[in-house]
Amino acid sequence: MFLVVVALAVIRVRDLFAATMLFAIYSLVSAALFTVLDAGDVALTEAAVGAGISTILVLAVLTLARRQEHPVPGHNLLALAVVLVTGAGLVYASMDLPEFGDPDNPVHGHVGSYYTEQTYADTGVPNMVAAVLASYRSIDTLGEAFVIFTAALGVFALLSVRPPARRSRARDGEEAP
Amino acid sequence: MEWLGHFNYWIVVVLMMIGFYGVIARGNMVKKILALNVFQTSVFILFISAGKIIGGSTPILREGVSAYSNPLPHVLILTAIVVGVATVAVGLALAIRIREAYGSIEDDRIAAQEADEENRQSEPSR
Repeated sequence: MFLVVVALAVIRVRDLFAATMLFAIYSLVSAALFTVLDAGDVALTEAAVGAGISTILVLAVLTLARRQEHPVPGHNLLALAVVLVTGAGLVYASMDLPEFGDPDNPVHGHVGSYYTEQTYADTGVPNMVAAVLASYRSIDTLGEAFVIFTAALGVFALLSVRPPARRSRARDGEEAP
Repeated sequence: MEWLGHFNYWIVVVLMMIGFYGVIARGNMVKKILALNVFQTSVFILFISAGKIIGGSTPILREGVSAYSNPLPHVLILTAIVVGVATVAVGLALAIRIREAYGSIEDDRIAAQEADEENRQSEPSR
């Protein structure tokens, strides 16, 4: 429930610096939730990466951009309607999901139970998450590394080249109130 | 317990819709990226709660534990968190670029500048 409050605050607050800090709190609270849901590794990653690195990245951008969000008059009723309709549909669909925490859920049937039973015999690693990540699904992890590499390349390509045009007009835009 | 069984999913839906609204309705690009992150975290929570077993334990082998939660969703979400940060980095880099080109990261201002540009081009030398 607290998560919902913090998330609402993130969207409502106009001051971008405050929004960033609230987002870090949101990440930490969700990390705590992951711990409660038995996902220790995920909680650690979320706390380090979500609350740490994301916040630093956003703060780095905020040093370059304006701190206050440009105010939008009133509420966006069309967006609100779309969101409410989609949310109602998703809640309706969630009624068909299996009950939370039941050991007989279909998720636990297929390959998950194999991992919990056979991991130590197969790999000798007691931490199942690490074993699955680095041993059973190492090719997927390699793909993940490629994704990160591509993203890093994209960031460098975007930030290393000076934009040729629009220099003068950019100055105009900055001086406008 | 009957109606509480889906409580997690409802929270997920509410968070997801908050993020969705932020992405649609907010003009500021940094705010859009934060909202996208809120959306993303809600999906993480959905996966992790699918892997939870009540009475289960963290999937690290040790003595005296009868049931472990499913490790597979945890692995998927680990990957997703890291990839999510990569996408955030690319999005913020784009925002910096857009700011350098237009002097603003607000949607409506950029649209106004574009409209000005087109007006100037359509009625030249006046």
